[in-house]
Amino acid sequence: MSKYHLKLYVTGRTPQSNRAVKNLRALCATELKDRAEVDIIDVAEDPFAAESAHIIATPTLIKTLPPPLRRIVGDLSNVNRVLLGLDILPEDLLKHAESAANLTGPTGGAMS
Amino acid sequence: MSDPFIEYDKIQKTSTGIQGLDGIALGGLPSGRTTLVAGTAGTGKTVFAAQFLAEGVRQFQEPGVFVTFEESAADIRRNVASLGWGIATWEASDQWCFIDASPQPGEEILITGSFDLGALLVRIEASVKRIGAKRVAIDSLGAVFARFDSDLIIRNELFRLSTALKRLGVTTVMTAERTSEYGAISRDSVEEFVTDNVIVLRNVLEEEKRRRTVEILKFRGTMHGKGEFPFTMMPETGIVVLPLTEIELDQRSSYKRITSGIAELDTMCGGGFFRDSVILVSGATGCGKTLTSTEFIAGGVAAGERCLLMAFEESRDQLSRNASGWGKDFDQFEQDGKLRVVARYPESGGLEDHLIRIKSEIMEFRPNRVAVDSLSALERVSTIKGFREFVIGLTSFIKAQEIAGLFTATTSSLLGGDSVTETHISTITDSIILLRYVEMFGEMQRGITVLKMRGSAHDKDIRAFNIDSCGMHIGPAFRNVTGILAGQPRHVPTAEIERLDQLFQQGTG
Repeated sequence: MSKYHLKLYVTGRTPQSNRAVKNLRALCATELKDRAEVDIIDVAEDPFAAESAHIIATPTLIKTLPPPLRRIVGDLSNVNRVLLGLDILPEDLLKHAESAANLTGPTGGAMS
Repeated sequence: MSDPFIEYDKIQKTSTGIQGLDGIALGGLPSGRTTLVAGTAGTGKTVFAAQFLAEGVRQFQEPGVFVTFEESAADIRRNVASLGWGIATWEASDQWCFIDASPQPGEEILITGSFDLGALLVRIEASVKRIGAKRVAIDSLGAVFARFDSDLIIRNELFRLSTALKRLGVTTVMTAERTSEYGAISRDSVEEFVTDNVIVLRNVLEEEKRRRTVEILKFRGTMHGKGEFPFTMMPETGIVVLPLTEIELDQRSSYKRITSGIAELDTMCGGGFFRDSVILVSGATGCGKTLTSTEFIAGGVAAGERCLLMAFEESRDQLSRNASGWGKDFDQFEQDGKLRVVARYPESGGLEDHLIRIKSEIMEFRPNRVAVDSLSALERVSTIKGFREFVIGLTSFIKAQEIAGLFTATTSSLLGGDSVTETHISTITDSIILLRYVEMFGEMQRGITVLKMRGSAHDKDIRAFNIDSCGMHIGPAFRNVTGILAGQPRHVPTAEIERLDQLFQQGTG
């Protein structure tokens, strides 16, 4: 299973920043359990970090690994969109996909 | 005495350093505030924004921060290099700082909830403080709206940004896109949060000719020039605004007379042209206009003056050959440093470019007299309005320098007639000299008359003149011909003239 490298950029401890951190924490506890390395950077304390990463909107979550590089803007409250951005299929969706594959498998075989 | 409190409350202006713009902005952009510069694609918004910073560095030692949302910093550095500004050098010495907020390659932004532009604000604030910036340019707002599909948030954030910039005490230029030349101020209604000051740049197609103009739409709480002013972009100087209608009629007038180069013409004008006047010489092709300007120059050189000839019809060599045919040695004049001949194709640039070139030639060579041969050639590269503005601009500049100017204009018909050039500029010039063909007994003769001579009495006769290897020679008046100006010369028998003369003598006697 591939390792995720994530960087979350926030500006100060605003409710918005707190929400983004909370949502990311929840994500790491579930979908990304034991396979995420996370950095949280407060650009208000380190403007140069925002400069070098070309950040203009906060919160911004950057996925550096696995490729491709992705920028996810917002407080991460729309979980489905976050997972889409991270190329992760939610576990229940994954199960559905598996069962769907099982269903189509034999049918496909009968056809041939 | 003025109230010190009112004086304190008055809005200070920050000079843009852009030639001509400070004139119409009555000093510059309101200091410590944000000015929106709106325009359609290709109107020069980015150059305007960059030049605002560049002039700050070059002229006022004021560092600037350039925030780019559209092009990358590298692209802008490269693009303005053609204008001759060394941004990289300024960056190295902390006089210029880019904040590159342009889309990163391969970037795909996914919005997952509420956000703000806090990081941008932090970056701007940090850079402004780091280099001690006095000026900020933001180019362009439309690109931010396009990237984050959330107009409400962006609008709020830009409002927050403009408040933050005000707090930092920097003077800011923001650019925004327009969809049409005459319509809503900007595409994304960004003016709503920077409503204080709006400048509109236009690039209008008029009769197949492009015309760039700048208009100050509003400056809250402070005065500015009104209407559209033409501008042009040139290497080194960048944007140059031509503040034509701002020119005041406050040139000093001189009673000093100078020679036209032709003794008889001086007499006809009551002793010569005035030193700081503008003379229009109008005539059909081959009538002697170039000769008149040659005589004007030769007369100046003989009097020890410096002369500038701006030629738009003939090449340098052709002019010099013509002149030698009339006994004037242009090459010798140039060697003596008394004459500079500048020959250009009218099509080599717009009228604004020509005006700026003529001005810079005048500033450089510092002549006592300037001849332009011919204005009509320039007319064909412009619209009537643009041409009029050009002549007003040139005339007032020449007068402000207190030098004499002689312009030639070609009439369309051989006999009599007037020209568009004349009708549009005759009120602007001080003197008008007409050169006309006069057909007499199957022979073309030439006539000259002084139609107008501001501030002086002048000869009202239409006189015959001929041209030989020494130049122009003005003879007696056409006593027995009428209808020359109407283009229908009619011979009047001598007996008839005598009868008329007698009639008047009887009447008065």
